Amino acid sequence: MAAVMSQDIGPGDMPWRIWHNPEACLACGACVATCTFGAIYATLPLPLAGHAEGTGPAPAKPLIRQKAGTANACTGCGMCAKVCPAGAIEPKFNPDNRWSLVARKNGPIKRGGRSALPMPRTLDSIVVGRISQMTDPALDSERHTFDLRAPLGRVLLPRDIPLKTNGDNLLISGKTPPVRWIYPLIFSDMSIGALSTRAWEAMILATAYLNEQCGMPVRMCSGEGGMPQKLLESERIKYMIIQIASGHFGWNRIIAAMPRMKADPAAILIKIGQGAKPGDGGLLPAAKVAPHIQAIRGVPRTTLHSPPNHQGLYSIEESVQKMHLSLNAAFGFRVPVAVKCAASATSVSVYNNLLRDPYNICGGFFLDGIMGGTGAANAVSLDHTGHPIVSKLRDCYRAAVNLGLQGRIPLWAGGGVGLGGDAAADAFKLICLGADGVFVGRLLIQLLGCIGNEQGRCNACNTGRCPTGICTQDMRLVQRLDVDRGAQAIVDYMLAFDAEMRKLMAPVGNSSLPVGRADALVSTDRAVADILGIQYAC
Amino acid sequence: MCRIGSIKCRYPVHPSMALKLMLPQQEGHDNSGFALVMQDLEGVFSHYKDKPLLSLACTPRGIQLVNDYMETSGFTQAAEWLPDVRPRPGMRIEAMPRYVFRNYDYPEIYRYRAPAEREELLLDTRLALRSLLDAENAGYVYSFWPDVLTLKEIGDPADIAEYFGLADDDGRLCARNIVAQCRQNTNYGIVRYAAHPFFIQGYTLCANGENTLYTRNTEFQKSLHRGYTGFESDSQNLLYSMHYVLRELGWPVRYLKHVLTPLPAGEAATRPDAEALGIMRESLSQLEINGPNAVIGLLPDGRMLALCDAKKLRPIVAGANGDMAAIASEVCGLNAIMPDRDVSRDIYLNERQTLVIDNDMETKQWLQ
Repeated sequence: MAAVMSQDIGPGDMPWRIWHNPEACLACGACVATCTFGAIYATLPLPLAGHAEGTGPAPAKPLIRQKAGTANACTGCGMCAKVCPAGAIEPKFNPDNRWSLVARKNGPIKRGGRSALPMPRTLDSIVVGRISQMTDPALDSERHTFDLRAPLGRVLLPRDIPLKTNGDNLLISGKTPPVRWIYPLIFSDMSIGALSTRAWEAMILATAYLNEQCGMPVRMCSGEGGMPQKLLESERIKYMIIQIASGHFGWNRIIAAMPRMKADPAAILIKIGQGAKPGDGGLLPAAKVAPHIQAIRGVPRTTLHSPPNHQGLYSIEESVQKMHLSLNAAFGFRVPVAVKCAASATSVSVYNNLLRDPYNICGGFFLDGIMGGTGAANAVSLDHTGHPIVSKLRDCYRAAVNLGLQGRIPLWAGGGVGLGGDAAADAFKLICLGADGVFVGRLLIQLLGCIGNEQGRCNACNTGRCPTGICTQDMRLVQRLDVDRGAQAIVDYMLAFDAEMRKLMAPVGNSSLPVGRADALVSTDRAVADILGIQYAC
Repeated sequence: MCRIGSIKCRYPVHPSMALKLMLPQQEGHDNSGFALVMQDLEGVFSHYKDKPLLSLACTPRGIQLVNDYMETSGFTQAAEWLPDVRPRPGMRIEAMPRYVFRNYDYPEIYRYRAPAEREELLLDTRLALRSLLDAENAGYVYSFWPDVLTLKEIGDPADIAEYFGLADDDGRLCARNIVAQCRQNTNYGIVRYAAHPFFIQGYTLCANGENTLYTRNTEFQKSLHRGYTGFESDSQNLLYSMHYVLRELGWPVRYLKHVLTPLPAGEAATRPDAEALGIMRESLSQLEINGPNAVIGLLPDGRMLALCDAKKLRPIVAGANGDMAAIASEVCGLNAIMPDRDVSRDIYLNERQTLVIDNDMETKQWLQ
């Protein structure tokens, strides 16, 4: 007889329990073969005492059992249920699990995804409450022309722009910093490495299609991990925002390719921090550093930790002078250089400093909130560090208004945009609160088929065993992702996003983006209304 | 909805002409007030054209405050005209106790200063008087500028005209340019400062419309110029944008339209001046308007302009008969004052058009 030991880990300790119905099971084995975590196995029931009927014992129905332990824990991804032809298996969340205790025996819990602490969404307490009616009629979302364009680049004050009068005309009489007018939603920085090559390819395919077939100048950020040589040397580099982060991964190839670039990239984005794990650098576990990733990044197979800081930058002045200036100079002052920071209680002072920079070389301030996603982080960072995006974005906008410098360094907001699936509503509200545009990351991989969520499902992006082939470099798993269908899903969503943005702009009567038009919003939460300076409504 | 109108004439005309322009347009607005700005004055002001004229409606205490301030600041009174008001029982007018129109001599130290410096002094003086009067709720100062007179009041336009004797063409009060409007801003509380036309440093504007980007415009304008204050009406944004583009930036008139209602991005990209338009839009996007608007502007040099928004198109029409030109919300106003004009030459402004009438009654038009 087995004796129970208190420290043993059993299925009851696991976050997900496998429910299996042997009566319906066809014993095909697909579930076991599909599970990338090796979390289940097939077995036969123990023979029971009794007697055989007929000419021999009835064939035993196999059972699917769950492995208990931290190495092969079920993540609840549900691929077994998806593949099962008989509906005989399904993971179910175990509310009585002890996972947060037992999983730490190997050190801090690491995972991907977003913060999983239950947090009410500020944006859901805000609605577009100022509708144009009667004397100021709403626009027609189907027939009017709408300018869904947002600036990326340093915008000069009107008194500083070099325009000289010549009779009835104005002529340009000097240089201005480069400014791109792009679609107000950027595909955010997810690197090759964090993503599979196919997933990354699907995103750039969607980007190119949206630009070339749909007239939507969407830009995609490379993430910190370099880019394929062919893309670097193609015209389509113009759709890309190249990221430089503290590990500088991929930049040896980028610099080598610069003399052969046929076009300028859309922008350079200096990543200082990200909302999912502020104060922590990028992390690519060794399991994902496959040979092609080693080649692109120029590294051996090892876990790649980007430092939490850009080495050598000790102050905002240095950041502006050294890094912004050298990157501006590298591309001949033709490419905007922007900076991405995690939202923080200190964001306003950083933004104030950038706004006061006398060199006009910071072309954008990307502010990433706590609900931003990541491919790998310590769970403690994901869940317990960061700052909600909405009020901090608003604070930054109002700080700029106080200086009379709103719109001079475009504000881009992200971190949970599209979390409930309604990216257009989120984007519109953030724009009314002062954002020039938004960036999304997690939403895109969810469109590709990622099944991770904020209730703890999957989020195994760090393991190299992503069951959807999106966040892995295992070629067998990557095969699960159809690049064309993935790209199509992103394009379809973006077309719907575009139509929905018009549906929101039309009733407030604006044909261009209502940046800072907080009067268009009301909140049903008094505290939210007060902190954002918008009307309270009930 | 407001009705707006303006007259520009080779010879001085009396405010009764403006009333004649506005009254036929009465159907369709609520007759809640009457306001006008007159520029290039004749009659009682003809000898004082170079002396700044203060237009004031206030209480006796207000007069005292103004007198003290002007004396302290070194302004000396050169002339004064007090309208001969004619109250009648039953009149719909919320009259102020005193209406004062005074010409001043510049303070001694400003007599030989550059015009630009004097213009700043006049603005600062008006702002200072306004804040003095506001602090004690003692009245309203509408304009302080050479050769410009402003009169605003709440009530029925016909009663207001009768009260001030505007219907009598006695030659005492007349001007070559008049901009008028017959309604208070009724969207919110009735405030005299919210009544069009609005004025700053020689620039006058009245508009019929709504400005849905009021918050965005206002937040930016507050930092652009110390004179951009009040914001009691969303149409003040249009005045300040006009002042900023034409005076502060010194740009040609036709670019005002590009600032207020920029061309859609796709269209602008195909133009030969795409780059300049792009820089302009980037830098001045906070001054874009996005509501229905018809606008009449009067510039310091006497040029009168009209334009409207790019999408919702409040009506506005201009007509002329050789000696006189007029702009109005409705053509019935033009018919009332210039029945003999060639109506086939009337101009109904479109979403891309800017119309300017100069002092020789010549019109210039630009399409964006």
